[in-house]
Amino acid sequence: MAGKSHKKEQTGALSIKNVTKIYDPSGVNVKAVDDCSMEIAAGEVCMIVGPSGCGKTTLLNAIAGFHSITEGSIHLDGDLLCGPGKPKAEQSAERMVVFQHGALFPWKTLQENVAYGPTVQSAMSAGEAMEKAGQMLAEAGLGQFIKKYPGEVSSGMARRAEIVRALINDPKVLLLDEPYRAMDALTKQIMHESLLETYDRTGVTIFFITHDLEEAIFLGDKVHVVTTRPCQLKKTVEVRIPRPRSFETQSSEEFRTLLEEVNEAVHEEAVKAFQAGEREMA
Amino acid sequence: MSIVNSFFSNTTTRRGVGAIVGFVIIWYFGAMVDDWTGYDVLGIGLVPPPGDVFTAFLGVIPKAGYWMSWVSSFSRVLTGFLVAMLIGIPFGLLLAVNRYFRGVFFPPFEILRPIPPLAWVPASLIFWPTNEMSIAFVTFLGAFFTIVINVLGGARSIDISYLRAAQSMGASQFDLFWKIILPGTLPSIFTGAAVGMGITWEVVLAAEMISGGGTQGGGGLGFFIWNSYMGGSLEQIVVGMISIGIAGYLCSSAIRKIGFYFMPWRRLF
Repeated sequence: MAGKSHKKEQTGALSIKNVTKIYDPSGVNVKAVDDCSMEIAAGEVCMIVGPSGCGKTTLLNAIAGFHSITEGSIHLDGDLLCGPGKPKAEQSAERMVVFQHGALFPWKTLQENVAYGPTVQSAMSAGEAMEKAGQMLAEAGLGQFIKKYPGEVSSGMARRAEIVRALINDPKVLLLDEPYRAMDALTKQIMHESLLETYDRTGVTIFFITHDLEEAIFLGDKVHVVTTRPCQLKKTVEVRIPRPRSFETQSSEEFRTLLEEVNEAVHEEAVKAFQAGEREMA
Repeated sequence: MSIVNSFFSNTTTRRGVGAIVGFVIIWYFGAMVDDWTGYDVLGIGLVPPPGDVFTAFLGVIPKAGYWMSWVSSFSRVLTGFLVAMLIGIPFGLLLAVNRYFRGVFFPPFEILRPIPPLAWVPASLIFWPTNEMSIAFVTFLGAFFTIVINVLGGARSIDISYLRAAQSMGASQFDLFWKIILPGTLPSIFTGAAVGMGITWEVVLAAEMISGGGTQGGGGLGFFIWNSYMGGSLEQIVVGMISIGIAGYLCSSAIRKIGFYFMPWRRLF
């Protein structure tokens, strides 16, 4: 079942309660997130699906501590991250983000990138950190590339290294913001398998934003469909396909049924978003 | 022999040498047309042909004065340029990262920036005690503004994801500055340096001509050209011009080499 983990105790339960975020650039109120609530169990893979520009990233930024929220609260394992009196969460290595466009430092090799976290936290000596980074990259199948700069490897490898860079900090939650967006279907498939393999090994809670429905069902324990802006929870679909999953899963009857169910909910929102976009333009 | 072979087996080198030879041939024909036909080609008709210039070049090579011109121009360029780097890089970085510093220093900087370095020449000749210092000062100005603007722009356009990622991993303000902002700005620093170096050469030449560097400042390539002009030696003017071209090329190659050394990740591009 969900969250098969080798950790001693399960951590990383996220509780998002009635979160509202209003952007107010020069007096024009834009409600990005409206009274949005969801519960994410420790060790769960939670997929957030919704139309582009609907406020999914706003939610992720609030959890990561990049942005404040206007109302509501977010808790991690019962501790308040942000809420009344504390609009912005602190940035912390317990919540690591993998960015949409990739944010490996171009001036560091893959190994130096991965070693960066433990080094600045003084959790390890520079030598230990480099050794651990080399090991973890090798486990992720990047053993021959540890001395390469991000500009020298494929986008798939770079993204994999970025996930390793997050995991070396032993985070409670991994926040992924459409990390495989620009990839072709074949590369994506490989990335999915490698992420699932990583998940089965670590059991880290995953908060994953996407608008690829097949990706959402293939990876997730739960798929939260959110509405177009302002972002609200519209429907939650539970994925009970057992782990470990392989690419054959995607041709199963169960998978197709779930896909239809999610598609129906998302399509409605996509149409709304599209029409709203048209009105804005006209 | 093998060095010569490998030199000419490199396609890039072959093309470069070929282009220069081609240019000299065109120059030769352009300069000779009036001798052959009696008609001038506008613009290059009166330019001495490459052979005469080459002879003039051989003529100045043994002269110490010519090499002293190189030395004095080079030392002025390097002084102005290095001081501009030393002050300009920290100044640009401070403008980028500190709101208060930017609030105080950016407005006067922006008012001084549009003033062409050459407009500073008369004032600096008066205000600085020696010609040498005024030339160095004007050279400094030429590079300084370009370097600062590039550093500022580069530092402020660093992808915010890098900063967020680093902060999430626990980077302190100190780490952010030294490990993220500084390396992230390096490419812009080197762009600024390359452009600034070019401006420095322009400025130093003009300053040498204007100040008549001969009396106190001791020549320089700008004065060499000016002097040749006054003496009516067309060939030597061209010799001076080519010397500056070579000097500028040496400087920009040096900056490229240093850039490659400090930015190994950029070698891939």
